[in-house]
This record gives sequence, C-alpha cells and structure tokens, in this order.
Amino acid sequence: MVTRRTVLLGSAGLAGALGALMVGWTAMPPRPRLVTSDPLPTGPGQSALNGWVKIGADNTVGIVMCKAEMGQGIYTGLAMVLAEELDADWAQVRVEQAPIDKIYQNVAGIVESLPFHPDDHGTLKAIAERITGKAMREFGLMLTGTSSSMRDLWLPMRQAGASARAMLVAAASQEWGVKARECRVEAGRVLHPSGRSASFGELAAAAASQPLPDAVVLKDPKTFKLIGKPRKRLEAASKMDGSARFGIDVLQPGMQYASVEMCPTLGGRVASFDATDAQKLPGVRKVLALPPLYGSTGGVAVIADTPYHAMRAVKAVRVEWDDGVAANLSSDEIYQRLAQSLDTDEGFHFYKHGDVDAALKSAVKTVKAEYRAPYLAHTTMEPMNCTVQFKEGRATVWAATQVPDMARRSVAKVLGLAVEQVDVQTQLLGGGFGRRCEVDVIAQAAAIARESGGAPVQVIWSREQDTTHDFYRPACVSRFQAGLDASGQLLGWLNTSAGQAIMPQVIERMLGLRAAVPDRTTSEGAFDQPYEWPSARIGHEAVELPVPVGFWRSVGHSHHAFFKESFLDEVAHAAGRDPVAFRAALLARRPRHLKVLQRAAELSGWGQPLPAAADGTQRARGVALHQSFGSIVAQVAEVSVSPDKRIRVHRVTCVIDCGLAINPNLVRQQMESGIVYGLSAALNDEVRIEKGQVQQTNFHDNPVLRFDECPVIDTEVIASDENPEGVGEPGTPPVAPAVANALFTLTGQRLRRLPLKLA
Amino acid sequence: MTPLTINRKPVEVLAEPDTPLLWVLRGELQLTGTKFGCGMALCGACTVHIDGEPTRSCVTPISAVGLREVTTIEGLSGPQVAMLKAAWTDVDVVQCGYCQSGQLMAAAALLRQNPKPTDADIDAAMAGNICRCGTYPRIRAAIHQAAAMAAA
Repeated sequence: MVTRRTVLLGSAGLAGALGALMVGWTAMPPRPRLVTSDPLPTGPGQSALNGWVKIGADNTVGIVMCKAEMGQGIYTGLAMVLAEELDADWAQVRVEQAPIDKIYQNVAGIVESLPFHPDDHGTLKAIAERITGKAMREFGLMLTGTSSSMRDLWLPMRQAGASARAMLVAAASQEWGVKARECRVEAGRVLHPSGRSASFGELAAAAASQPLPDAVVLKDPKTFKLIGKPRKRLEAASKMDGSARFGIDVLQPGMQYASVEMCPTLGGRVASFDATDAQKLPGVRKVLALPPLYGSTGGVAVIADTPYHAMRAVKAVRVEWDDGVAANLSSDEIYQRLAQSLDTDEGFHFYKHGDVDAALKSAVKTVKAEYRAPYLAHTTMEPMNCTVQFKEGRATVWAATQVPDMARRSVAKVLGLAVEQVDVQTQLLGGGFGRRCEVDVIAQAAAIARESGGAPVQVIWSREQDTTHDFYRPACVSRFQAGLDASGQLLGWLNTSAGQAIMPQVIERMLGLRAAVPDRTTSEGAFDQPYEWPSARIGHEAVELPVPVGFWRSVGHSHHAFFKESFLDEVAHAAGRDPVAFRAALLARRPRHLKVLQRAAELSGWGQPLPAAADGTQRARGVALHQSFGSIVAQVAEVSVSPDKRIRVHRVTCVIDCGLAINPNLVRQQMESGIVYGLSAALNDEVRIEKGQVQQTNFHDNPVLRFDECPVIDTEVIASDENPEGVGEPGTPPVAPAVANALFTLTGQRLRRLPLKLA
Repeated sequence: MTPLTINRKPVEVLAEPDTPLLWVLRGELQLTGTKFGCGMALCGACTVHIDGEPTRSCVTPISAVGLREVTTIEGLSGPQVAMLKAAWTDVDVVQCGYCQSGQLMAAAALLRQNPKPTDADIDAAMAGNICRCGTYPRIRAAIHQAAAMAAA
C-alpha cells in the first residue's frame, strides 16, 4: 500500500520537489496573471489595457474570455466581474475569445483537485497547493471545467478591471491636468468635479500607453452595482435567431466534410479496409484509415463534398477490425470484477478518522449495503465535430473545446508542427459536460485534414459514433458498513468503492505518460463530505480496464453522492430517525451546511402531509445533501409511482450556498440544468457494454430525460458574502439519492443501483 | 437542380433529390441555425416548418418537400413569434442554445395551432425536442407567458 504522503511527493511532476532549486522556486512569487506574453491582437480603433480587456474608440468594452461558453453562462458571469471593477456601461460590454497564453491557464481548478480533505489544514497540503498553483501558472492548461471558472478568475478579472479603470483615470487626469484621485468613473465615463468628462472610447488610446498600476484597490462588495444582480445572458439573442456559431456551424470557403466510423469494439483498430464501393459513390474524395489518437478507437474516414455524402459513403467502406483487448469485456463481468476487488482490498485510503473497526465491533446494530452505478455517456446535443485546415505549414482549428491549448498541442503533434504554427478558434459549445475536455475528434480532424490537399475539412460524428465512442463516466461499485449504538447514534462509517480511475487514463492519452497518482475523482463525494462521523475510513480501489473513461458532469460526485446519501438514509431509517434530523445531527458544527439542509426541508414542506398526485397515486419526499466544487446543495424530491411502476418526479426543491452568487439567475438556471441532467441518469441513462461494444447508439436506446418527464424545480440561492464557488456541476449529484430516498419512503424498496428501477 | 421555397424565397439547389433537407439548409444554403442532433428524427434539433407544420428536416429528403414553404429559425417571424421570443428572453430560457432553434420552431407551431395550451398540451407538443441543459421548466413558463401576452 502506498501512503498518501509518498505518492503525493512522488507525483504531479514533483519528483525533485525536495531539491534546493525547487525550494527556491517555490519561495518566489507566482507568475502574475495580468498581461499576456505577446501583445493581444486588436481590431481597428481598439486598445488593449491588459490581457483581459480591450476598449474600442466606439466605447465598446471587449472582455477577453479564456473560458468556453457551454451553457453555464460564464461569458456573462465573468464579464460582470470585470465590468464591475471597471465601472463599465453594461450595454457596451462584448465578449471576445482569448488567444492561448499562460495567464489564462486554470489554477484554481487543478489546485482544488488535489486529494486532500477539506478539514485538512496541514503543512503538506499548504505546500502541495502552493507548488501546484505555481506550476499551473507555468505549465498548466487552459481548462473550462471542474466548475472552477469563477473561482479561478474571480480575483484576476476583478484586478484586471480595476487596473484598466486606473489607467483610464490616469489618462484623463493627465489630459485635464487634474489629480487622478479627484476623478470618478460611472457607466463607462471618467468624470471630474470641474464638469469635465470623457468616455472610455475617447480615453482608450491614451490609457493603453499608461504604465500598469503597481497596485489596485478592489471595490468593497457592498458597493457592487453589477455583481449579485440577475443580468441577462449576453449571447442569448444569438441563440434564438440561428446566428450563434457552434463548432459544427463553421463555414469556410472550399470546405469539405468528413465522416468517421470507428471500430465497434472500444480500443480496437483497423486491420484492413476496402474502399472500392465507397469510392464509387458520388461526392467522395478520399477514404483513409485513422489510427487510435488521444484515446480514440481506430477507424476509417471518408472525405466528401457534403456531410451527407460523407456519412453515406463511410457506411460503404468494408473494414476488417482488430478488436483488441476489450473484445470479451461485458458490463456484468466488469461489475463482478469491481466487487471482487473489494473482497480483498480497501484500496487507497482517502480519509481515515478514529478507529472504525472498534466502533463497528462495539455497535449494537450494523447496517451493510452494496451499491453500483453504470457507465454513462455525456450525450451533448451538438455531436462531436471539428474543422481543421492544414495549408502551407500552418494549421487552423475551429473547435468547440474545453481545452484550447491541448487542442493546439494535439494538432501540432499529429501534423508535425510547432504549436506556434497552429491557430485555435474556439467556438460556442453545444453542451460540454466534460466530453469536450477530450481532444480525440480534434486530433482525428487534423489527421484527416492532412489528406485534403489544403482544403478545410469539417469532421462530424454521427450520433451513433458519439454515443458508442465516448469517454464514459466510470462504472462503480461501493460498499458500506455503519454501526449504531443503542440510542441510534452513529458510531462508525466504513466505505470502500472500486472503479476505473480517470486521471491516469487522461495523463496517458494526453501526455503519453504512465502515472500512478491517487486520483481524487475516484473518491470525491465519498471522502470529502461535511458529515462529522465519529469514526470513518474511506477507500477506493482503482481497477484498470480497457474502457475509456472521462469527466462526466460532477465526475466522482455523480455516483458517490447517490451511494453516500442513499446509505445515510438507510442508516437513519435503521436508527429510527427522521432523515433530515439524522443528517443535521452530523452537521452540528457546520452552520452553512445546516442552513442549506434546514432551508430545503422548510421550503419543501418536509414532515407535512403530501396531497396525492393528479392521477390519485400517493407521493413521498426524499432528501439529499451534498457538497461539490465548493458549493453546498440540498434537494428534496417529491415522487409518485404509476400503476405500471413508472417513477414520476413531480417537484424538486433545491437550496444552494455557492458563496457570493455573481448572477443569481444564472445560478438558478444551473441548478435546474444540473438537476435535469442528474435526473436523466437517475431514471433512464445507462451505457452497457457487451463484447467490448457499447450497446446504446442513439436517443431511442439511450433515452435521455424528455420534456414530459421533467419536474417543477424550485431553487433558492442562499445570500452570502463568502467567495464565489462552482455552480455548473453541484446541482447534479443530490438528485438521484433524493429520488431514491423518496421511493423508499413510498414503496419500502431500497434501490441500490442506477438507473432506478422498481421491482 | 431542385426548386425549393425557403423563408419565402425561391431557391434552386444542386443537391441530389434524396439529400435530407437538413444538410441542404446547413451546407448549400448556409442556414446553420437548423441543427444536426441525431439523424433519426429522435431529438428535434433539426425542426423546421413545412407549410407551418413542425417537421424533422434530418429525415425529410428535398424531393419530398416540393414547392411547400419551408421556414427555418432564420425566417421565423411575425407578431406571435416576437411575443414568444420576448417571453423566452424574459424568463432566460437558453443555456448552451444548441437545441433552441428546434425548441422555438416547435413552440411557435404549438401556439399557432393552440393559442392557450395547457401543461399537458405543452408536454405533448414539446416531448420530441430534447434539451440536455434542462431548459424544459423555463420553456414551459415562456410558452405560458407568450400565450398570456397574446391574450392580453
């Protein structure tokens, strides 16, 4: 067994961490995040005041956006943060795509992915966080993910806004011969008590030649005018008239289209292919084999004049597949292997507290259970696609991606170019949910564009390819034991789970490295929760399997919340206690969590009788509380069961404490979004593997949640002055256990497998 | 060449007659507001109106369209649509936005046929349009609001 200490110091590229050089480097201040290495490109009349904002002579404020918009509302949220400190006129604010630069690399998202318990305030954690934070500024990744955008940029973008504001004021005061501190800024104008005033646009050019301020004072949150207000989404109108441009909407002169068909067996490749029939079809230009790239399965591609020609022709290519190592793998066998691994080993201990074994021995009553969750596909509405042009030693990439610089690296590698010879244009994402953290289709597009004679090629995956060649949420088996004393008090909590680890796979497919790191995602949601168990031990056994796994909205939390909150409910019932009261007792010293739980109970009418559903069936409530990505969420679900055993969720009451809510309306929207996504997985979704092949293909056999299955959702956002936390994912984890717990109350059946099916 | 009427304008397209309308709209005609989602009429992202009827363009060959009037999201207009979009804006429906063209096409057709739909009417009319961002509750609210505005 490797301990956390040795693994941590030996991992994350920190092999030489103890050397004097490293100590010296660590002590130096981290790289600032204000100005890009190369000057920002500017349009006519535009002046860049730092790496985050450009001001036009026409008074437009261009917020330089390094995060991808995939529905979470980050364009609007981050623009509000910068515009607040700038005192910009909100009507003049626009969003522009950032280039690739170190200042845009995600720091918070990676630092918070280290495998430490939130209550750990030790030196090791502090050192690891500092080193990782510094390293991410130098060698990190532009990543929109881990619900980290606001946490990552809340301060840098406020500082950028304040810095730009100071430069505009300095320019005005210089021109007017007045003191800077006498000027004030309102709605995009600098004003002086003498009556002089100038717009941002009039001052922009002069402001850009001012020195960067040494230090800026950020606003007192009490004076915020934009932050905390329910502003409308900036790009909404373009999404209502067809003008919004997603990755798949790229149109380039002379563009050709490609369709791919990968080996049905995950991880397989092409042994040989015969393109004779395909070549005879109209519109076909080229047929080629694709090797496995960045985690993709090998396949064939057809380049043609239109998507329709390409999609039709790729079906006509006759391929002999080399199925590879997954050829005999099935879901049932995988569940068996995961469960068996727990018979002999508890895996890596992410959390240990007190003496659980003694506690369980002394218990008057013990509760045991085994839970499991299936593989899941992301199923973004916009199928995977990417457009690449490779011409005269340079490549241009148009992609809907959560990782633009990884996209650049992958295209450069495939085409044998330097990264500087690759330009990435990030488009709007028609859903991300973690799927677009991968670059498989981007690398494929590069390999295909190499064969198109310089023409831009748009690769579009069919829905079938998208569903059968995803990076799936890992299947997981989780075992619990809890002990109660005679009065029903919880004494000990033992939880071990087994599944595939995502991070080693990601590191291998992105960087080509084999790394044994304790992967927080395998146990997040199990080990890092706020409940104060008198004793606890929580471990995860990572099992290697040839199924590609990836980040699925809320990642480890997505299944561990179901396991933990369902089992906690079992224990509450075994103790003869009310599930809300039982949770509250474990949160006595957690005022924020307690408030969220109690508010959800209050709003949902917890404990009060529920009227029958419209069809006369009985309803019941279930509760769940979960913390993820810094935010605390409680949900109460109201469910009924129809005579044909169909589960109907009528209402979900949701309360979130996400710290300061930058835009409360977008926070509510994300709660609804997370709940619908999580409910789809709770009730319907499951990817099954037989002989190494994913059985689900399109929406008929992968039945995601539809309109008529959607509950009423009431969300309350707790008012808070704490730092803003993540909101894109935390709505997802609690809904499955809230529904399962309601079903137990209603039917007496404890459902321990997802998706939920009544006997 | 196949003649079509798209957003009230006559056009001639080069595509073969069996080509689904979706790919002609998105490619030759560069009207990318109509989206590809599943290719099997299962998700509604490709919904257009043909003579006012919501139709899945991904399974509709252009040979089957004839001279009937095709309306896409780019051409969707009129006082009722303006009210629908105002309601959509007011209740902040959109998230990633990919399915929203199809959602608006379906909602507009519903309101034209049934100016005061009940929840059950909305369920029935909208159940074919999938949204993975979970905009369903706000779509419902926006349709009710647009209906109320029209009645006022």
